[in-house]
Amino acid sequence: MAKLSTSSSSTTTSDAKALFQTLRSAYSATPTNLKIIDLYVIFAILTALIQVVYMALVGSFPFNSFLSGVLSCVGTAVLAVCLRIQVNKENKEFKDLPPERAFADFVLCNLVLHLVIMNFLG
Amino acid sequence: MGGSTHQTTPVSSTAQVSSNNMKADLPFSFSLKTFKLKTKQQELLIRVSILGLVYILAFITRLFSVLRYESMIHEFDPYFNYRTTLFLTENGFYEFWNWFDSESWYPLGRIIGGTLYPGLMVTAALIYWTLRFLRFAVHIREVCVLTAPFFASNTTIVAYFFGKELWDSGAGLVAAALIAICPGYISRSVAGSYDNEGVAIFALLLTFYLFVKAVNTGSLAWALASAFGYFYMVSAWGGYVFIINLIPLYVLVLLITGRYSMRLYVAYNCMYVLGMLLAMQIQFVGFQHVQSGEHMAAMGVFFLMQVFYFLGWVKHLLSDTKLFQAFLRVTLTCTIGLGGLALGVGMASGYISPWTGRFYSLLDPTYAKDHIPIIASVSEHQPTAWSSFMFDFHILLFLFPAGLYFCFKRLSDTTIFIVMYGLTSMYFASVMVRLILVATPAMCLISGISVSATLKNLTSLIRTKSKTLHTASSKGTVSAKSSSKASFDQSPPFGKNTAIALLVGAFYLLIQYAMHCTWVTSEAYSSPSIVLAARGAHGDRIIFDDYREAYFWLRQNTPQDAKVMSWWDYGYQITAMGNRTVIVDNNTWNNTHIATVGRAMSSYEDEAYEIMRSLDVDYVLVVFGGVTGYSSDDINKFLWMVRIGGGVFPVIKEPDYLVNGEYRVDKGAAPKMLNCLMYKLSYYRFGELTTEYGKPPGYDRARGVEIGNKDVKLHHLEEAFTTSNWIVRIYKVKPPSNRW
Repeated sequence: MAKLSTSSSSTTTSDAKALFQTLRSAYSATPTNLKIIDLYVIFAILTALIQVVYMALVGSFPFNSFLSGVLSCVGTAVLAVCLRIQVNKENKEFKDLPPERAFADFVLCNLVLHLVIMNFLG
Repeated sequence: MGGSTHQTTPVSSTAQVSSNNMKADLPFSFSLKTFKLKTKQQELLIRVSILGLVYILAFITRLFSVLRYESMIHEFDPYFNYRTTLFLTENGFYEFWNWFDSESWYPLGRIIGGTLYPGLMVTAALIYWTLRFLRFAVHIREVCVLTAPFFASNTTIVAYFFGKELWDSGAGLVAAALIAICPGYISRSVAGSYDNEGVAIFALLLTFYLFVKAVNTGSLAWALASAFGYFYMVSAWGGYVFIINLIPLYVLVLLITGRYSMRLYVAYNCMYVLGMLLAMQIQFVGFQHVQSGEHMAAMGVFFLMQVFYFLGWVKHLLSDTKLFQAFLRVTLTCTIGLGGLALGVGMASGYISPWTGRFYSLLDPTYAKDHIPIIASVSEHQPTAWSSFMFDFHILLFLFPAGLYFCFKRLSDTTIFIVMYGLTSMYFASVMVRLILVATPAMCLISGISVSATLKNLTSLIRTKSKTLHTASSKGTVSAKSSSKASFDQSPPFGKNTAIALLVGAFYLLIQYAMHCTWVTSEAYSSPSIVLAARGAHGDRIIFDDYREAYFWLRQNTPQDAKVMSWWDYGYQITAMGNRTVIVDNNTWNNTHIATVGRAMSSYEDEAYEIMRSLDVDYVLVVFGGVTGYSSDDINKFLWMVRIGGGVFPVIKEPDYLVNGEYRVDKGAAPKMLNCLMYKLSYYRFGELTTEYGKPPGYDRARGVEIGNKDVKLHHLEEAFTTSNWIVRIYKVKPPSNRW
């Protein structure tokens, strides 16, 4: 809310409210499987943010550990978003891609990601 | 419209072109007919066999150096790579990774595992172990010598697939053939040139190909493969910075031109996150991906992609455009503000390191000359001359703009990529000679497109004309139909005869290219530079093997722990072949140390003696070409020693060694020049020698003058060894005299 008020005039709060309402109503139409992925993405991003805050408070001494922690979250989130794009029926670009294949790719990438993270964790 | 018809016909018309070419080759077409293959199968067979031939050609054209000389490692850096590979195969990977080398940079030493790109050594060791496992008793040197040609062959395969992805399989074949013999690439990948670039160009092209494939398909698996290609590239060569900047630039261009797609999002983000993580596993690269200024563009584009995607998603959810506009404004201000703040804080706190000198010197070609003499002193870092473009690219130089025209005519995500790769790498190639190498694959691919597209148009023209005259033969009716459609689309402005003439002209050009490439490879790029060859007075070949003579002498006649001082160019060779400790070597990581050596070389003998004592120097090695006329010797490099030494120690001043801004070694030379250590060591006892008939004794053949100081006396050093042609001279540093 505070951010919004800097950019527009006095009616911002109502505007923002309207914005959120429309967003929420539009979002409720999303299929459940996509909603689950969204939840997963949000969880990953939140974990990354917590780690960044922790790093800011405590310090980034084993820098590789910090990096691997954050990058694991970021990587997970990004890969999940990619999966979401690929399984979303509205995306015409991925019409030919079966969801099973998309999921297999996703699992493969995650496997590589976390193997590397384990190596990097120190 | 023309673009779309092109896209539907590539396979059939390529078949037509190739079968057309094959008709001339009678015995082969006979055998094809006896096999009774279908057109598709024939086309596949021809394509595979052409590719196989190109694969072999790329390998054997690089063997000139082995034929002319012997199976040996070339030049300077490859000797270090060879030495480390030897260590790796003997001691295993963990020892290699933790290797502290006390034989170089005495007394500092060097942590090898953390300061090199291990990709090349690991590759060679893997090949070696595989061959050993298969019971081929090869020596590791042979593996090292043939690694670069082997990877050049693999590059042709990647080039084929890249060309196929870009245009069609015809363009891929032409590009593979072009890159197989392109001198710009051969210069770095002849047999024996065991350097990072040999593998790195393969890795570079592979990464680009896989990334383009990922963008085209939007598949996570391809993006993952491209991340692995990037990992290999990072492990092999510092040139990976080019990839990590070109790909974000490409993404940015696509965003700006409104070609953003979900496929791009998937490809870039997966490739970036995984590639970055994998790259961090290389010790030498470490945290640079999150800390150094060169890599920040990629990260910025990564965040930009997220914002872009998020905005797109919100826009998709919101039907009200006005509301979205407001939302867009707020988000944009926030992100730009946050990004700017983060960048500012990072820069100010020193967390993000500023760009390195090498990077600056790429963006601003005059930077190195003013600020970092050690970069400017290397001959391969000089700006490129027109002649070397012509020498390295030949007809590609003319085909490149034509290929660009074709790319722009059929603009797609892929062609935009190759255009950007071509243009940026051309810029870098013109800034630094060695970066011609990076531009070569792009040149070959784009030229491949132009050759293939032109030939296809011309042959289809000829064939359709002949089709209207004769009755259509049984095979190729489909392709004739499609090609006639294509030719109606294009409505050619000339007749059949002109087309034939143009075709002959094109083949003439290609033949010229092949001949030029072979000539350049055999004459210019196959010299190992450690063994020198010259033509004698009667046209016979004279071999100067002085370097190896000297290094072998060092290995046999000096104490195990002797320290050898030489200019840094010879450091790797001395440690690898002479097995002795050196003060400085080609891994120019410590400028001060090199400057100390430069100072010693350019001081008077007694001052130099102090410096050498402080560095524990036992032997001094200089390279001298006055007898043989070998021009890249230490006297000709001497001004760089003065400059680099003077950059750290202001006692050394360049004007002291020049007369009226002129560098000379004869009687008119500056007094300091005539008495500095380098001059004395190079010309010691040279005044007694008659080098050329009809010239006074002490005639320097490399510079074509009679030397100015023929009576050189040494007090603190004594001559230990001079090779048969005087190219390498080794002096022993005497212990301090124990009498007053």
